[in-house]
Amino acid sequence: MEAFVSLAHGLTIAIEPMNLLFALIGVLLGTAVGVLPGIGPALTVALLLPITFKLDPGGSIIMFAGIYYGGMYGGSTTAILINTPGESASMATALEGNKMAKAGRGGPALATSAIGSFVAGTIATLGLAFLAPYLVDLAVKFGPEDYFALMCVAFVTVSATFGDSPVRGLTSLFIGLALGLVGIDILTGQSRLAYGVPELFDGIEVTTLAVGLFAVGEALYVASRRHIHEEKLEPVRGSLWMTKEDWKRSWKPWLRGTALGFPIGALPAGGAEIPTFLSYSAEKRLSKHPEEFGHGAIEGVAGPEAANNASAAGTLVPLLTLGLPTSATAAMMLAGFQQYGLNPGPLLFAERPDLVWGLIASLFIANTMLLVLNLPLVGLWVRLLAIPQPWLYAGILVFATMGTIAANPSPVELMMLAGFGILGFLMRRFDYPIAPVVVGLILGPIAESQLRRALSISLGDPMVLLQSPFSATLLTIALIALILPFALKGMGRFKAVED
Amino acid sequence: MIHTRKALWRGAIAVAAVAGFVTSAAAQMELKIMAPAAPGGGWDQTARSMQQALTQSGLAKSAQVTNVPGAGGSVGIAQFVNNGKGDGNQLMVMGYVMVGALLTNKSPVTLDQTTPIARLTAEYEALVVPADSPIKNAKDLAAAVKADPAKVTWAGGSAGGVDHIAAALFAKEAGADPTKINYIPFSGGGEALAAILGGKVTVGISGYGEFESQIKAGKLRLIGITSATKLPGIEGASLKDQGINLEIANWRAVVAPPGITADQKKALTEVVDKMAKSKEWTELLKAKGWDDSYLSGDAFTKYLADDQVRTKDVLMSVGLVKS
Repeated sequence: MEAFVSLAHGLTIAIEPMNLLFALIGVLLGTAVGVLPGIGPALTVALLLPITFKLDPGGSIIMFAGIYYGGMYGGSTTAILINTPGESASMATALEGNKMAKAGRGGPALATSAIGSFVAGTIATLGLAFLAPYLVDLAVKFGPEDYFALMCVAFVTVSATFGDSPVRGLTSLFIGLALGLVGIDILTGQSRLAYGVPELFDGIEVTTLAVGLFAVGEALYVASRRHIHEEKLEPVRGSLWMTKEDWKRSWKPWLRGTALGFPIGALPAGGAEIPTFLSYSAEKRLSKHPEEFGHGAIEGVAGPEAANNASAAGTLVPLLTLGLPTSATAAMMLAGFQQYGLNPGPLLFAERPDLVWGLIASLFIANTMLLVLNLPLVGLWVRLLAIPQPWLYAGILVFATMGTIAANPSPVELMMLAGFGILGFLMRRFDYPIAPVVVGLILGPIAESQLRRALSISLGDPMVLLQSPFSATLLTIALIALILPFALKGMGRFKAVED
Repeated sequence: MIHTRKALWRGAIAVAAVAGFVTSAAAQMELKIMAPAAPGGGWDQTARSMQQALTQSGLAKSAQVTNVPGAGGSVGIAQFVNNGKGDGNQLMVMGYVMVGALLTNKSPVTLDQTTPIARLTAEYEALVVPADSPIKNAKDLAAAVKADPAKVTWAGGSAGGVDHIAAALFAKEAGADPTKINYIPFSGGGEALAAILGGKVTVGISGYGEFESQIKAGKLRLIGITSATKLPGIEGASLKDQGINLEIANWRAVVAPPGITADQKKALTEVVDKMAKSKEWTELLKAKGWDDSYLSGDAFTKYLADDQVRTKDVLMSVGLVKS
């Protein structure tokens, strides 16, 4: 009950005209930088910090939160329209979203992602308001062995991104896992497969790989096929808006995506990518139209996009309750709090309730603003696809290159982008799925370091993996997910005999 | 509401005032400050605080911050040394972590190639245990480490970083083999803090600021701090006061590119000297909770050289650096 009163009070703070203005500036900026690959919300907040130093703390923190939420929206727009995920968390959205856009269904794809983000953001913000203190107690109990078990679940389910051939899918996954080994091993501090190149010491940047494989690879592939047969892109086919059928197929994925995104985002090492993959594979399994996956299934956009936004709200749980920044943007927001002498953590709720609840309430407002802002833009965005293909893809190349340089100003990074572009081209040419490569790069290092940490803490006893209740449950889920498809197949055969 | 509007006006006036300063002092320096790390970290915040203090106090006409992230600064320093040669308007933020990172990464570029300007801030390391831990003070921890170094698990930042070095030095002082310590590196402060709060590890080690609010909330127990004596405003004795001879600070500093003239070096040192004394800088230090440890000129040059030798010794004794 107390939380309700506080939240209502927070709303009165958030709807002060000045704070509304800050929220609006925040979401506008956030959407803009989310669209550009490379320039993420973290850098934007960093640039704004010195300017906001003299402003009212409440207003500027509300603005930062607007940037954060806005960035999550913007990233999916480029993923859907031009197959260039603005950040790695939008990768799963690109898989189906871009296929939809190419089939003239860009409008519904953008709409389901905007509405899904709104639904997920709102539910997750409610979760943040009412569950944060309980959730955080659970989150810190989540140890390395539990993360490893979560990765096992993720590995079992990524097969959903494999396309039609498991062998090709596994090949792609192993390329990703191999790439994940590059760089300094976090547990021993020794470099692996870096060949003395300083840029490789921190490992391969996920966005460089994703943009290279998705955007550059696609541009090369389209260019190579041009004289054979020209793919006609129709910006709009059928309705620009979501049909009744689209709504029916979207609402459940939105909710499921939220249920995955929020708790995993609240974990100190959870991140936004894992729930998007889990959501994608869950939707593929549960969909009534699994055959549409890989050719533009709306569930595959609705679910991951909701998961992405819910995890953004989840990240604020450890930030506000523990002072734990679990993403680059959260780290910048922490710096923002600190420049006003505020220390997020167990005492912040008690010391500055007006600020915390004002922030939480403004998240609802930012979310609503984003929806109002983005829906009318859908019609404008899809016109992008009417640009003649050579221009569009040339633009994508410029965009991808600029983004990479902005994030990591180094020639080595550019060469990697080009290299991954060629890899992406070859994989398309020989019909290998590209998503598992990125999945391998993201999951591999986490799984490895968490397993080694768990064993290091248990002094080498592997039983630690079964002793933790979280870990034991998750490993069981992974096992079931592994066996179930075979079991179902067997049952299906059984049924067929009965008929 | 009225309060907010007032604050905004104050902000607007401040911005206008800064703009005024800049035009009236057109002859001043246009500085480029590199933060060899991603936005959000300590070096980035130091660079951006310098930018703020330099422009607001009117000491520099402009100050532009660039981020070159990667490998504890190894990527940044390589660019800085190669591209900045002889440029008297460039600065790079660096710190103790870079000294260790360059050694463990076997970087071809070393700090000897840069021109040291000044040390700015320092943060001491804090050792903490979960509130329900049987370990009550540094003596208890030393006894546990001595009994079996492998059974005491440490959570801290990256391997070979200042947290790791401090843990190794602690084991050495406790009379245990520092190569045997069970140090578990976590990426970023947050993850390590979660592992300590969740009781997954015996002891946590990081900058005091990372633990401050948890210590005050009673969720973590501070068992020692790596300063020479007890620090004002911190409830807890230093390790030295508890009979463990360990003193280490995670300092941050600025350096200039190689090949600058003596005049250029003098000009840069003067600007940074003035900045360190400015009201704006003092306010920023207070807001961020950083300790002022200003040291410039030859004294800093010598300090930097000494610290590199000391760090190499420690890293070799832990087995992180072979030769």
